[in-house]
Amino acid sequence: MLTLLPLSWLTYYGFHDRAGGLTIANFIQLVTDPTFLDPLLTTLILATSSAVTCCAVAAPMGWLVARTDMPLRRTVRALVMASFVTPPFLGAIAWELLAAPNSGLLNKLFRTAAGAEPDEYLFNIYTLPGLIFVISCYTFPYVFVLVANALDRIPGELEDASSILGSSAWTTARRVTVPLALPAVLAGALVAFLQAMTLFGSPAILALPAGFHTMTTKIWSLFQYPPKLELAAAASLPLLVLTVALLRAEAVMLGRRSYTVVGGRQGEPRRVRLGRWKWAALGLAFVVLLNPVFLPYGALLNAAFSRVPSEFVSFDNLTLHNIEFVFFELSSTGLAIRNTLILCTSAATIGTVMAVVVAYMTSRRVVAWHRALAFLATAPVAVPGIVLGVGLFLTYTRPPFVLYGTLWILLIAFVTIALPAAYQQLQSAFRAVNPDLEEASRILGATRLGTLGRITAPLLRTSVIATWCFIFIGVIRELSAAVMLFTSDTKVISVLIFDLNESGDLGAIAVLGIIMLVFTFAVVALINRIPGFGGVRLRNT
Amino acid sequence: MPGRNISRRTLLKASGAAAVSAFASPIRAAAPEPTAVTPALIAAARKEGKVVYYTPIDLPVAELIAKAFEAKYPGIAVRVERTGAERVFQRIGQEYASHIHAVDVVTSSDAAHFIVWKRDGLLEPFVPEDVARHYVAEYKDPDGMFAAFRASLSVIGYNTRLVKAEDAPKSFADLLDPKWTGKIVKGHPAYSGTIMTATYEIARDIGWDYFEKLAKQRIMQVQSAADPPKKLGLGERAVMADGNEYVLFQVKESGGPVEAVYPTEGTPFIVSPNGLFKAAPNPNAARLFQCFCFSPECQELVVNRGAMRSLHAQIKDKPGRRPLGEIKLMKEDAAAVERLSEEIKARYTKIFRV
Repeated sequence: MLTLLPLSWLTYYGFHDRAGGLTIANFIQLVTDPTFLDPLLTTLILATSSAVTCCAVAAPMGWLVARTDMPLRRTVRALVMASFVTPPFLGAIAWELLAAPNSGLLNKLFRTAAGAEPDEYLFNIYTLPGLIFVISCYTFPYVFVLVANALDRIPGELEDASSILGSSAWTTARRVTVPLALPAVLAGALVAFLQAMTLFGSPAILALPAGFHTMTTKIWSLFQYPPKLELAAAASLPLLVLTVALLRAEAVMLGRRSYTVVGGRQGEPRRVRLGRWKWAALGLAFVVLLNPVFLPYGALLNAAFSRVPSEFVSFDNLTLHNIEFVFFELSSTGLAIRNTLILCTSAATIGTVMAVVVAYMTSRRVVAWHRALAFLATAPVAVPGIVLGVGLFLTYTRPPFVLYGTLWILLIAFVTIALPAAYQQLQSAFRAVNPDLEEASRILGATRLGTLGRITAPLLRTSVIATWCFIFIGVIRELSAAVMLFTSDTKVISVLIFDLNESGDLGAIAVLGIIMLVFTFAVVALINRIPGFGGVRLRNT
Repeated sequence: MPGRNISRRTLLKASGAAAVSAFASPIRAAAPEPTAVTPALIAAARKEGKVVYYTPIDLPVAELIAKAFEAKYPGIAVRVERTGAERVFQRIGQEYASHIHAVDVVTSSDAAHFIVWKRDGLLEPFVPEDVARHYVAEYKDPDGMFAAFRASLSVIGYNTRLVKAEDAPKSFADLLDPKWTGKIVKGHPAYSGTIMTATYEIARDIGWDYFEKLAKQRIMQVQSAADPPKKLGLGERAVMADGNEYVLFQVKESGGPVEAVYPTEGTPFIVSPNGLFKAAPNPNAARLFQCFCFSPECQELVVNRGAMRSLHAQIKDKPGRRPLGEIKLMKEDAAAVERLSEEIKARYTKIFRV
């Protein structure tokens, strides 16, 4: 229901004109009008390049962390995790501070170091390559997690066998490790492609000043006055179709992977000894991590305490005004923080409960239509946030369900977005619990519910808490659906930051961004206290 | 020179510039009796406890006004909802279409919006005493639905560290010089009411041709009219093609290396009215806030701290800022903007591609 209703309205609107007549004129305009074709082309270039960049960076890093004796592997994993949970739009704003051609901190350092002219610059973030770079910074963790997890699971025996048979380390890598990891890399590339394609915040922040649109910003601009809902709906459908197609492709590839990985009792993965190279490898990993974590966080901190955000904190430039402004003058701060926390908590709770129920029913086949249920729970993964936003707007601004203007519409959006990942995670957790234990309890006379409460629930506790935390983090960073659905009373922090960016209030953004990161990392810290926790998928915004 | 004289002369000249405005309505005056702030009004407003103010005024200034109101009337919180005027208009449109009545008082830097809201019967007739006494007819609606809260200018500006005063552009035509390629920042008319009004005035007086050539200068396209002055202050771009004079003044007065230029072709003049909504959820607080907005106290804040222009007859310009009367202004025409806004947005998007 949650997914189908908005998508039906989306399709209805896409095929109707303003007067309500059936038409394909919207689509004809879509494929003939260069103001639509250009963004479509840009989006495809953007998504492809981001996917390639992500794989090029994440696959070697995943290998270093999972299969070598590089030092500080846990720290590197934790830092990739940090880039994973950083809201991409916040990263984009931080990169404006770093690499805007004239005022960017890095370009200023370059000019000072090289003694260059005021107009010369090293980086220009307001370009397509700049946008690809920033998107890759916050998308590569998806590839990293998939690759590292896959490599973690490849048993050492296979590689041992190869070396016993006389292959050199490189031959083993080429003929055993790489082929086994390849499906994960390809799946990662697809995920990265989808993320880059459906991202809204970063292009809105970096592409518009450069004078180009992507599909998501184009769809969003169609919502502006005078709103062209029909065209927005029509423009959303290609994104939807592409996503569904690519997810099918991903399912096929991941299916093949699980079939290639040999089962049985697995040995510890053999770690490749890097020798002297291990410090070089670590250095490389840290250079990569400079981009999504150290530099942007530094820029935000700098901006939060600077009078002029494009200058380094110094005695003249130091101020607490931004903090004072956000907490004591900005009248929407309290409201936005409250709304965000209410939505995060309730979406995480409702989403987790729904995911537990559905995962239980499908993995224990409690009901006859468990397959359909599983499909419905995973279907929203095919709906990009901005498309869902358009669909929900069309659905809930009219009778019978007028939810626009309430937190409910945002709650529905966030739960819908979070459900697939939550479901997949819990479903695999249910699979890991041997049904024998439950059956023993049933045989001894316990009811189904009693068994669930006494046996299954305690075994699943860590997974459930982890799912809750991940929905929480996912909701904090959600922007693309929220930006379509908010009203003045239902603003959340992400939308407030986006608003402030449009009027160039960088100091206030830095403070709000840091608040957001504090919430996020508080929850991340909670997850890290849970033992045996693996990576889960989040959606970008 | 005594302040009164300046402001009167200023008003006369400025009103000449703004002859055809949102206020020139054919319907004859049916404005309600002016309202003074009474203890009864304050008590009723305090009972409501809050007022929701939608505004395009740059956030720090808008919050300053809100905090001044809260200090004067403790117990009534002001929630400032700031975004570009065109977005404010879209937001109210979307909310009202879904029967969400969240807004009490609105300011818009696109006076054309008031023509639409008035025509749709959304505005509450209400005349604060100050408006009746100290505002000339050109700056208030004859039916008492709205009045000019402030005036502002969209100016050219430059960063004094990057551009020497003698090299700075003097006119819109100068901005088309190849030496400015890649160095200009400008706001967007689909976001900002100021830029919308300015775009109309420039297109009318200079021609769309100007924009077509400007688009070839590889401009940095930001949204709010408040952003170009800030980008100049950061040193991100050397020149701004449009943007708020008052934000530029603020950047300058806080030590930023920026300077305003009043283009020789004329400077776009923008009148921003205030009105309150019939369906306001806090009607008394809305009235009190509207009275406060036009009080000399608030208008002084608007001029001294906000660096904007007041149309209140008792308020004088801050020394050191060029008086309105000495600036060649482009004529405001809200009715034409109302008629043409869709076309302006479409044409602009086509030329600048975003």
